[in-house]
Amino acid sequence: MPDYIAWSPEKAVEVIGAEADKEGALMPILHALVRTFGWVPDEAVPLIAGILNLSRADVHGTLTFYHDFRRHPAPRHVVKLCQAEACQARGSVALTAHAEQKLGTKIDAHGHTHGAVSLEPIYCLGLCASGPNALVDGRPHARLTPDRFDALMAETVR
Amino acid sequence: MIRVFVPGDMCSVALGADEVCGALALEAAKRSMAIEIVRNGSRGLFPIEPLVEIETADGRIGYGPVFPEDVKALVEAGLFEGKPHAKCVGKPEELPFFKSQTRLTFARNGISDPLSFDDYVAHGGMKGLKRALELGPVAIVDEVFQSGLRGRGGAGFPTGIKWKTVAEAAGSKKYIVCNADEGDSGTFADRMVMEGDPFQLIEGMAIAGIAVGATMGYVYIRSEYPFAVTAMEQTILTARKRGLLGKGIGGGAYDFDMEVRMGAGAYVCGEETSLLESLEGKRGLVRAKPPLPAHKGLFGKPTVINNVLSLAAVPYILAEGFAAYRDYGMGRSRGTMPIQLAGNIKNGGLYETPFGVTLGEIVNVIGGGTDSGRPVRAVQVGGPLGAYFPPSLFDTPFDYEAFAAKDGLIGHAGVTVFDDTADMLKQARFAMEFCAVESCGKCTPCRIGSTRGVEVLDKIAAGEDAEANLVLIEDLCHTMKLGSLCALGGFTPYPVMSALTHFPEDFGRPKPQLEAAE
Repeated sequence: MPDYIAWSPEKAVEVIGAEADKEGALMPILHALVRTFGWVPDEAVPLIAGILNLSRADVHGTLTFYHDFRRHPAPRHVVKLCQAEACQARGSVALTAHAEQKLGTKIDAHGHTHGAVSLEPIYCLGLCASGPNALVDGRPHARLTPDRFDALMAETVR
Repeated sequence: MIRVFVPGDMCSVALGADEVCGALALEAAKRSMAIEIVRNGSRGLFPIEPLVEIETADGRIGYGPVFPEDVKALVEAGLFEGKPHAKCVGKPEELPFFKSQTRLTFARNGISDPLSFDDYVAHGGMKGLKRALELGPVAIVDEVFQSGLRGRGGAGFPTGIKWKTVAEAAGSKKYIVCNADEGDSGTFADRMVMEGDPFQLIEGMAIAGIAVGATMGYVYIRSEYPFAVTAMEQTILTARKRGLLGKGIGGGAYDFDMEVRMGAGAYVCGEETSLLESLEGKRGLVRAKPPLPAHKGLFGKPTVINNVLSLAAVPYILAEGFAAYRDYGMGRSRGTMPIQLAGNIKNGGLYETPFGVTLGEIVNVIGGGTDSGRPVRAVQVGGPLGAYFPPSLFDTPFDYEAFAAKDGLIGHAGVTVFDDTADMLKQARFAMEFCAVESCGKCTPCRIGSTRGVEVLDKIAAGEDAEANLVLIEDLCHTMKLGSLCALGGFTPYPVMSALTHFPEDFGRPKPQLEAAE
């Protein structure tokens, strides 16, 4: 799992400042916050709005539009299973059912986790001839079977 | 020093290429052999990935698929000397899958070192920019127009006309935006260009900049492609050092620089106006057109927004002349198309070929049929917004107009194969569900229609008033197709209606009788 640091407004201001001079800086800023802290707390919204001279509503709007910007602390491990057509054609529906049972959680776009692992959908990793595919803590895995998934989970959650 | 090639392509890595590199280094160290591992792009045939290649006096010899646990035995059998083994595929370029291709855009993919500028030049890179500098802006635009190149993102709009519009637009600043938000399931050609031959995309964008008078470019890459983001960022740094970006690019009088921007998991941002909103830091809401991005695009300035494959085709067109490109293809579809064979298919991968090959050849001959060995039931062409084709339409040639005539689209040329276990009602439902998840919410037919579509299809699945609900879904598709602001709501009816038309038996309607042979 990635090394995130605990939320701190001082660090956040530094992270925001490093990206603020870019054209269309808001997306790079939100990405940088997620890279640093693993999530973007609501507390970050007025900080960003102040530095970029935007309204809080504008920042909130962008923050909440995109799937990637987590608004809750990141789970310890994130498994993103591809749910798109090319993986469906190669057995992703059955694999998803297996993963849900194995992890004791439902696949959930909002990343609410009931254990150490959050199971989230992703729509296409572009490995479409070798599905079913997944990203586990950011690393890609292809040609997954229930057995390979179990082995992967055993390595991940130690 | 033995040169060994192991792809750093995201798919190869997902199949264990990094671990293979580790094992190769270990085996070489045990034998005190000096090896250099080059992380090339993938050549594009995924059943043999990870493909390990050894440079020998007689050319490169390939072994694949090589998994970490295979390495020890392979090295013992003489892998580093290119000796025979059950996993040896010989010279990769001699494999029928590669030999029958016409690689213009993908000529270097899998062969050169993607991060080496010198290797790029050694394999023919920078020739396009050199000639572009000699020709000047007006002649570049004409060259691209004459080549017949059409937008490879799916819409098929002539690239030359788009460029001409931006070149003639007045503006204090202009932009080149590369749409690398390749969200369609079953497509990966953009990813492979960015990971396997990133300088080519930069060269294409720089040529576009000269042609229209733009000095800044952005490549908007989806966050699901972390390897492509890293490759492009690294390559841009190198390109600045080597004069392909910055002041006086290629030694000429034009300035052009570019940056990578990352998407954040919104499919709709592959739609060009939504992408521009996202680049500006806003919600990815679709803009009404007009104004066209060519007139008022990024930050309200004239903007060329092109797909990765369109821009990556430009260096070849400039280097070899428009006729070399135009002479491939059929009808109004000129040049080559990098077709992506995906889903349940034996020879999955990247197949670049002139337009005109039939869908049946693609699936059965080149693709070798299904990977599961079961009969093909349906083929979705063009991603989640593309139609499902039954085998009875396999004589359709790969061409923008021919596919449109069969109520389909070639889109970004992803071909996703399903075997006979596919339930087409479920696939139709998924199309509506995906549209509901990914809708930007701006227009009603897409935002509400997709949710209603899921509900109506669920009723049909439950056998609830099926015939009336089938009429309703047809009506809903009609409304979405004509009333939506962009292709997300407007094209979701393609998979839904094609599933219903070609596979009515999955919807509780009688199976169509086979048409008598003419």
